[in-house]
Amino acid sequence: MVISKRPLHLFVAFAVAILPFFSSANTISDSTHVATETSHESHVAHAESHEEAEPTDKKSKIKAFIDHHLQDSHDFTFFSDEETGKHYGFPLPVILIDNGLKLFSSSKFHHGEEIAEVDGNYYALHHGKIYKTNAEGQLNYDEHHHPTNEKPLDFSITKNVVAMLVTAILMFFIFVGLAKSYRKGPLPAGFGKVLEPLVIFIRDEVALPNIGEKKYRKFMGYLLTVFFFILILNLFGLTPLGINVTGNIAITACLALFTYVVTQFSANKDYWKHIFWMPDVPVLMKIALIPIEILGTLTKPFALMIRLYANISAGHIVVMSLIGLIFIFKNWVAGPSFFGLTLFISIIEILVAFLQAFVFTMLSALFIGMAVQDHHHDEHHSEDMLGEHDNAII
Amino acid sequence: MDKLINDFSFGLFFWQALILVILLILLAKFAWKPIMNSITEREEGIKNALLAAENAKKDMQNLKADNEKLLAEARAERDTMIKEAREIKEKMIADAKEEAQAQGEKMIAQAKATIEGEKNAAMAEIKSQVSTLSLEIAEKILKGELANNDAQAKLVEKMLDDAKLS
Repeated sequence: MVISKRPLHLFVAFAVAILPFFSSANTISDSTHVATETSHESHVAHAESHEEAEPTDKKSKIKAFIDHHLQDSHDFTFFSDEETGKHYGFPLPVILIDNGLKLFSSSKFHHGEEIAEVDGNYYALHHGKIYKTNAEGQLNYDEHHHPTNEKPLDFSITKNVVAMLVTAILMFFIFVGLAKSYRKGPLPAGFGKVLEPLVIFIRDEVALPNIGEKKYRKFMGYLLTVFFFILILNLFGLTPLGINVTGNIAITACLALFTYVVTQFSANKDYWKHIFWMPDVPVLMKIALIPIEILGTLTKPFALMIRLYANISAGHIVVMSLIGLIFIFKNWVAGPSFFGLTLFISIIEILVAFLQAFVFTMLSALFIGMAVQDHHHDEHHSEDMLGEHDNAII
Repeated sequence: MDKLINDFSFGLFFWQALILVILLILLAKFAWKPIMNSITEREEGIKNALLAAENAKKDMQNLKADNEKLLAEARAERDTMIKEAREIKEKMIADAKEEAQAQGEKMIAQAKATIEGEKNAAMAEIKSQVSTLSLEIAEKILKGELANNDAQAKLVEKMLDDAKLS
């Protein structure tokens, strides 16, 4: 570090020294830069009004690109050449249910530029969604700028589905490999040495304290699967492959629903009793508490869904915006500094990837633990009103 | 919220659910079960090994204590044996001494008695011999003395004096 710092300092000093030449050069060629250079204090306000009045080409392009990145996609595009309009990637199969099963390649859409014609029906791709159109591909918009055209049921193998399939296959081979490595000896070999502590961590820090020693074993499979599934998808999202799976509301909704289902189906008598007939409260309160308690069971998975979605989406937006800023400012100071900032945020995003996978698993375990916990509430209460530690509340 | 609902894709939801269910079942069967079992088994093994080591240590300590106890007992036994032997030896010596003394005294007494007897016998013999000799002497002397009267008278007198004196 000591050695490498000096050239960096020199480079920064040099960059600052030559700044006037480049910035002045930029002001002439780049109209975007004039606005940002002239008023630094009122930068935000100015930028907003600027966008409204006259949407600059580059900014809206970056915004569209980020929006597009956050969305699921019907083809796998690694990068595109703007000038020639060429996309580098591969198409994915589109499966529609619209008066029968329609199966065709997404290359028919030409990245949303053309109307696909299948068995006499016309489909248009608009912002990652497939709409049924007439032969000219006309889309009617409502006041929120959403198309009002009919949407066929879309079961396409999208980019996110491919990412999930890859993750699932990867997980299967990794963990079956880990399981097999135990046959040779008591200690795992190779990559298993990294995975085993994570498995033990989930058991000792997530399952055991939240669910309890007697019942944790039954839920380990679910918790481990969900943890590694989210973790691997989170980390995939940080690669330049440009996929955003865990930042998609359908994915997090499905995961949250699984936790909800697992919780409700493993819940014991005490759990339902506390929902529908809360002990030790007056009858009127019991009735009043029923809707609140039912709503309570729904808010938990809802919070899970929003938390994962928001965290991962926010991370992607921040990283992509910072990268976008490099192209907006396009000078020697902004380039390296935004690059450094992006690197810093990316490292934080790696932490967030682990943290959000952990938090989702942790809260799932907590909810399951609440549902399967043995309540000693009633017995203790009749025996002595004061002394006993109340397990039910904890 | 409007954006969230608009973003929600039922197809994606369906695929995710399908993939997750299959993954859950497959992993639970082929991965998590053997992994968890192996880890638990290993931990149990370690626990048992530690316990066994602890027990072995305890056993060793017990054994050591036993050995020491045994050694101390043996030592004590040896000590008492030595003591007893010494006592016996001393007693034997004392007994022997006593007996010897008694024997000696007895022998001395016997000797003394014999000496006394011998002395008495010797004395008696001497006396009888002396009397015989005396009578012979007296006879001879008488025979010589009685050859003259004076000598006879003198002799009688002398003898009488002697008799008186003795």
